[in-house]
Amino acid sequence: MTELAAGQPLSRVIGDETTADGDIGLADEELLALHRSLVLLRTYDERSIVYHRQGRIGTYAVYWGHEAIQAGAVHALDPEDWMFPSYRESAVGLLRGIPPATVLSWWRGHPAGWWNPADYGVASICVPIATQVPHAAGFAWGSMLRGEDRVALVFFGDGATSEGAFHEGANLAAVKRAPLVLLCNNNQWAISTPLADQTAAAALVDKAAGYGIPGARVDGTDVLAVHDAVRRAAARARAGDGPAFIEAVTYRAAPHATADDPSVYVDPVQVEEARRNECVGRFEGYLRRRGLLDDEYAQSVRDEALRAMREGITAAEAEPPADLALLFEHALVDPPSSYADDLAELRRIGDG
Amino acid sequence: MAERFLVEAVNDALHVEMERDADVMVIGEDVGRAGGVFRATAGLRERFGPDRCVDMPLAEAGLLGGAVGLCMAGWRPVCEMQYDAFSYPCLDQLITHVGRYRWRTKGALSFPLVVRMPYGGGVRAPELHDDSPETYYVHTPGVKVAIPSTPGDAKGLLAAAIRDPDPVVILEPKLIYRTARGEVPEGEHVVPLGRARVAREGTDVTLVAYGAMVPVAERAADALEGEASCEILDLRTLKPLDEDALLASVRKTGRVVVVQEAPRTLGFAAEVAAVLAERAILDLHGPVLRVTGFDVPYPYWQLEDWYMPSPARVVDAVRRLLSF
Repeated sequence: MTELAAGQPLSRVIGDETTADGDIGLADEELLALHRSLVLLRTYDERSIVYHRQGRIGTYAVYWGHEAIQAGAVHALDPEDWMFPSYRESAVGLLRGIPPATVLSWWRGHPAGWWNPADYGVASICVPIATQVPHAAGFAWGSMLRGEDRVALVFFGDGATSEGAFHEGANLAAVKRAPLVLLCNNNQWAISTPLADQTAAAALVDKAAGYGIPGARVDGTDVLAVHDAVRRAAARARAGDGPAFIEAVTYRAAPHATADDPSVYVDPVQVEEARRNECVGRFEGYLRRRGLLDDEYAQSVRDEALRAMREGITAAEAEPPADLALLFEHALVDPPSSYADDLAELRRIGDG
Repeated sequence: MAERFLVEAVNDALHVEMERDADVMVIGEDVGRAGGVFRATAGLRERFGPDRCVDMPLAEAGLLGGAVGLCMAGWRPVCEMQYDAFSYPCLDQLITHVGRYRWRTKGALSFPLVVRMPYGGGVRAPELHDDSPETYYVHTPGVKVAIPSTPGDAKGLLAAAIRDPDPVVILEPKLIYRTARGEVPEGEHVVPLGRARVAREGTDVTLVAYGAMVPVAERAADALEGEASCEILDLRTLKPLDEDALLASVRKTGRVVVVQEAPRTLGFAAEVAAVLAERAILDLHGPVLRVTGFDVPYPYWQLEDWYMPSPARVVDAVRRLLSF
């Protein structure tokens, strides 16, 4: 990467032409599981762009190139830990067992896209920027008060660090020493606004000091570096030492969303470099060098992910149209009588 | 029964409900060590400890956002906003999450939180300690809104809100925190949400009011004694609105004056008038009149008596309506 803000050096584990591969102590099976997760997320993202072009899902927020942050984080957590995704991590729940059809339904605007966060330890997809940070802080703090051995992790982007909600949530977690991992995907763009117009800080990780919490700055395209940083932060949080801030540095090599044309603002040279260094390929190189992956195996993992996506979109499209009663159901435990009246009126008039 | 001031009844409700349910916690600015700037939370930290009556960082959106997470972890947070106009940052979380999250999870998660705050003017305070923001809260889908006017209802509505499985916002009329005094049942006392109260029976005109405007309506009714028989309907819950009680009163009197401290346009009085236009047009002998604050910034306090609806303005509206 070039033109990064000065600050701490980026932590890396996966080597390149000049540096040797590191080792974070994961067993071979764990490394391969991590790879399957990366490929599943990548396949979800690439297929979603196709499905959008085919008119099968609505506007979709692309996360191509950010799979390492998501998979690295999820694999570093314990099963009872919770995560709070933004829309940029819409499919992260796949790694916790949420069916692809569910997330695809969410992007199809169908209520079958609902899930129970408690079933997976995955909060609902948060659309307004940074507003999920206080949720994660409150959840972590509330779990700690109940004596539960549970950590929360919240995903957000570089633009989110400008929001009051990020500050208020980070500060709350720090003051209460809540077991929270604040994981920032610094892909250096908030739609079309570059990081330099977002902050005057030399590096986002420097903000950690202002909250009195430790920070780490890692290469966000290095899944092992992310895994290692999250694992350390989670262990620290679990031990009662409070939250930590991790800045995972990437570059947004894809559009913000399917409705966005980044060619008018991004630097094509940087995009090209980011695409060359993309995280799935980097990790596959690491696995090859360790003798854990060959072409045939890599293809079988991709085929498995493609099959899951095909089944997912088929299932999502097979959902019957949502009943209009769902307009009113679930808004309140104890609904007002007006809901029944409104529903009866809609049924009487029909959709003609 | 004990005689209590309204703010003491709030404090009583918090003690009783926190005793009753160990998942109830109070969070807010200065609610713990200081016991709240109005003393509404006095004694809770001593009785229940600093983890259940929590002094929070000074950040209203973070406070309510944190409460969303606390609900997910199994708590029932009662969030104090220190003043009406300081609550506006929390509208971000209220609108984007509190009122939507349950629906978003197909009813799997509940958010049994309460937001309570002192509201309203007439207290000779600096700017932005005087607002009546109920419309913003009422207009947010997925939350209920209640406003007590008596000590008994202040206790009972707050208890109902704490026990309610849905988010509830309670606005407490600070003007009468320590002037409204009345009987408050000891121990558990619940006033169901969604039910209005006939504060005074009458036959000629219905004065619809809530919160600190109920005593204003009562003084107007006193002034009109011998001239007009006023029924006073204290709404108590703005959402869900007790339309049956409203319609029953209008069937009897045929005339309605709605008194509201908030600015006029799109205030709650407009909703009352709309309901009557839709459902009671043939019962009405004249227009539904509003006596409200004005569509201006809440003034400095040397002018605030002109802003606040007065008994004289209510009397004037009743006379205009009777001569319609």
